[in-house]
Amino acid sequence: MATPRLPHMQVPTSGWGADDKARAWAAAASVADPEIPVLSIADLGVLRDVRIDNGTVEAVITPTYSGCPAMNMIALEIELALEKAGFPKHKITTVLSPAWTTDWMTDAGKEKLRAYGIAPPAAKAGRRALFGEDKVACPHCGSANTQRISEFGSTACKALWRCKDCAEPFDYFKCI
Amino acid sequence: MTETPLFHYTLRLADTALILGHRLSEWVGHSPVIEEDLAFGNMGLDLIGQARALYTYAGAIEAKGRDEDALAYLRDAGDYRNLLLVEQPNGDFAATMVRQLLYAAFAHPYFEALSGSKDETLAAIAAKAAKEMAYHVRHAAEWTIRLGDGTDESHARAQDALDELWPYTGEMFEADQVERALIDTGIAVDPAPLRALWSKSIEDVLAEATLTRPRDGHMQSGGRSGRHSEHLGHILSELQFLQRAYPGATW
Repeated sequence: MATPRLPHMQVPTSGWGADDKARAWAAAASVADPEIPVLSIADLGVLRDVRIDNGTVEAVITPTYSGCPAMNMIALEIELALEKAGFPKHKITTVLSPAWTTDWMTDAGKEKLRAYGIAPPAAKAGRRALFGEDKVACPHCGSANTQRISEFGSTACKALWRCKDCAEPFDYFKCI
Repeated sequence: MTETPLFHYTLRLADTALILGHRLSEWVGHSPVIEEDLAFGNMGLDLIGQARALYTYAGAIEAKGRDEDALAYLRDAGDYRNLLLVEQPNGDFAATMVRQLLYAAFAHPYFEALSGSKDETLAAIAAKAAKEMAYHVRHAAEWTIRLGDGTDESHARAQDALDELWPYTGEMFEADQVERALIDTGIAVDPAPLRALWSKSIEDVLAEATLTRPRDGHMQSGGRSGRHSEHLGHILSELQFLQRAYPGATW
């Protein structure tokens, strides 16, 4: 049975303007990736949209990998951030389509990754051929003389590489 | 049976992903090198993530209040519809890698095709899964080549695994009445046309690995209708233990 919609149950939409939407976006966008704390979920392209409907803020997120274990944590942190920013009603929606791609990562995000010691994904994920070797520059010394150690690294989104010039191992954010 | 074909089909995809994901997770802490420990953990996560999305969707199709946990933890072996290939024991490292190659080389083009499904949810799940399976193929292919073209010992073990697992590959390309209707309406993928592509990918890897492609003889079948090898019950006894011992437990 449908609940009758009483007028006093509705927060007037006119009470929420563009400023509020921008504030809600900023609050959600401030959440950092739990595994890569230098990156915000906006840098990563995980935060897809923030909208306000009838006083409820809805944050739309998409996982990097199907099994990314950080998604629950990210959802919780967004809700906390919205709560702190003065939005008491909020919900998180997870979407799978369009599928996340490293092409969505912002240039600022890529630079933050590199400075943190993680090689950022090469551009144009779609062109990566099976068995094609990605060209990855060492995030420490910049050398292109690098070698993949393992396709799978410390998290689902990273591979393990090493630099043959400075001899440092490093994580590479895989193209997908 | 009051199940709809779409529920049945989605559950087949989910069960295959979950059981293989569980098999790979069994390696965590036991791999020959730490890089492979990480690899198995990550690939297992990919598969379990795919399973979760598919179970959630299956529960929504069924509309009887079963969520992903109810479908994964509270069905017995006879209700599981996974491919027989993925429930086969891990065996040694070579056997796990060969099984992974045989499945991933099928799943990658299969999910790519399914990403064009008229069912939007299946298409979305498949588009993500296809990207993940591309990495699984590459990883398994590299290891199969390394093992096959490695020492006499690793070559022999890889060849044994290939011979042992080959009879389970035919089932991947079967489509029964449940799927036929969904294939005709553009929802499910017809696996038969993928066979030539799969064979070519496998043969290319085997040639480089100096391994011999087994002949197509009698093929095992039945997993997708609930007729399993004895291995599945043992997997479930571990996978479902907590929910069976402490029903409704959460943390």
